[in-house]
Amino acid sequence: MAVTGGVLVLYLVAHMVGNLKIFLGAEDFNHYAEWLRTMGEPAVPRRTVLTLIEVVLGVSVVLHMWSAVSLARRASAARPVKYQSKKKSHAQGYAARTMRYGGVIIAVYVVWHLLDLTFFVVNPKGSDATPYERMVADFDPSRWYITVWYVVALVLVGLHLNHGIWSAFQTLGLRTPRRERALRGLAGTVAALVTLGFVSVPLSITFGWVS
Amino acid sequence: MKLTLRVWRQRRPEDKGAMVEYELDDISPDASFLEMLDVLNEKLIASGEDPVAFDHDCREGICGMCSLVINGTPHGPERATTTCQLHMRKFKDREVIDVEPWRAAAFPVVKDLVVDRSAFDRIIQAGGYITAPTGTAPEAHATPVPKPDADQAFEAAECIGCGACVAACPNGSAALFLGAKVTHLGLMPQGQPERWDRVVSMLDTHDAEGFGGCTNTGECTAACPKGIPLDVIGRLNHDYLKATAGGRKR
Repeated sequence: MAVTGGVLVLYLVAHMVGNLKIFLGAEDFNHYAEWLRTMGEPAVPRRTVLTLIEVVLGVSVVLHMWSAVSLARRASAARPVKYQSKKKSHAQGYAARTMRYGGVIIAVYVVWHLLDLTFFVVNPKGSDATPYERMVADFDPSRWYITVWYVVALVLVGLHLNHGIWSAFQTLGLRTPRRERALRGLAGTVAALVTLGFVSVPLSITFGWVS
Repeated sequence: MKLTLRVWRQRRPEDKGAMVEYELDDISPDASFLEMLDVLNEKLIASGEDPVAFDHDCREGICGMCSLVINGTPHGPERATTTCQLHMRKFKDREVIDVEPWRAAAFPVVKDLVVDRSAFDRIIQAGGYITAPTGTAPEAHATPVPKPDADQAFEAAECIGCGACVAACPNGSAALFLGAKVTHLGLMPQGQPERWDRVVSMLDTHDAEGFGGCTNTGECTAACPKGIPLDVIGRLNHDYLKATAGGRKR
């Protein structure tokens, strides 16, 4: 969970920073999208680096979900008889309690997101439009529900990171009492920045600040 | 105090069991939770019924025998307190109180509220010891221990092995118990010879006993009657990775 999660967090940060290019205008954004495909040229053919990134991401996602499923299966095997009274949670951290169902929602969201902006199946524009046009059409004010869906999913991603980043350090044995505050701060800051960075794009389009 | 108890009754390990309701009157708010159960049992015996079986021993919060999940919380509502040290004044008059055993595959119910916790004994057998000559035990003060290490080891050594961490964990993991033992012994100079083998064999036994995997939810430390911190799980993970991936284990 920790290692694959770490790969995904690094990717999310890069993805979020790239998205912010939309605030620099259509030309910058489309040029950035093209650069993603020509990265590494001419040393390697077109799309080599991007394909490698996609493979690493795909493997990480699968292993991350596999770890989560095996942990959940072990958990249900470890407590075959449930408690009768409602089990109260005393640990601090709403985020920790959302990890499992939140993870499932995020997985569903990722599928939607790929169908939307990678394969254009659920996008109003098709493959002959530019990336910028597709983004703007996707979060058009008339499609406010799509924006809501993205924002909800991204808030869940933030909660997931808030617990996940801290948890990864604990799992890898890198969390000590002295580092506790710093690690909580790091997890909270990265989670907040990633979420805010991501939601700023669909919100700006829906509210008409970017068109 | 007037109370309604809903107690888990289960005659034999293979029985299904169910919650049974009992009404109690005239309970002193100064009675401990176990004394309140004693009153219930006296009543049951007087009326010819089978008394409720529950674990207890020292009744002063240090032996680790008492258990009970009270209203969904191991050892009841008071933080860092064992069930035997919990008093009825922490409950409201006419409150309905649910009393259940620890729930874990590795802790099978023996009868009513009593569970078999020998899985913990087998984890201890797997590595919860140090090599020391018995009979001619060396003078303890001959081995200096840095004060911060001694304090941290002592904090972990407070673990009484009651199993509340497992009962509280949504994954049924005993990582806090494991971590407490690994930290306690691994910080002391006397525990160094077995340090790397200990963590691996104790963790392997933990998994083989059917405990779940830790997902760092923190429920264990919140339920722990001794307040063992999550730090011990960090140290457990650290030592385990160093022993396996780091190749320290022989």
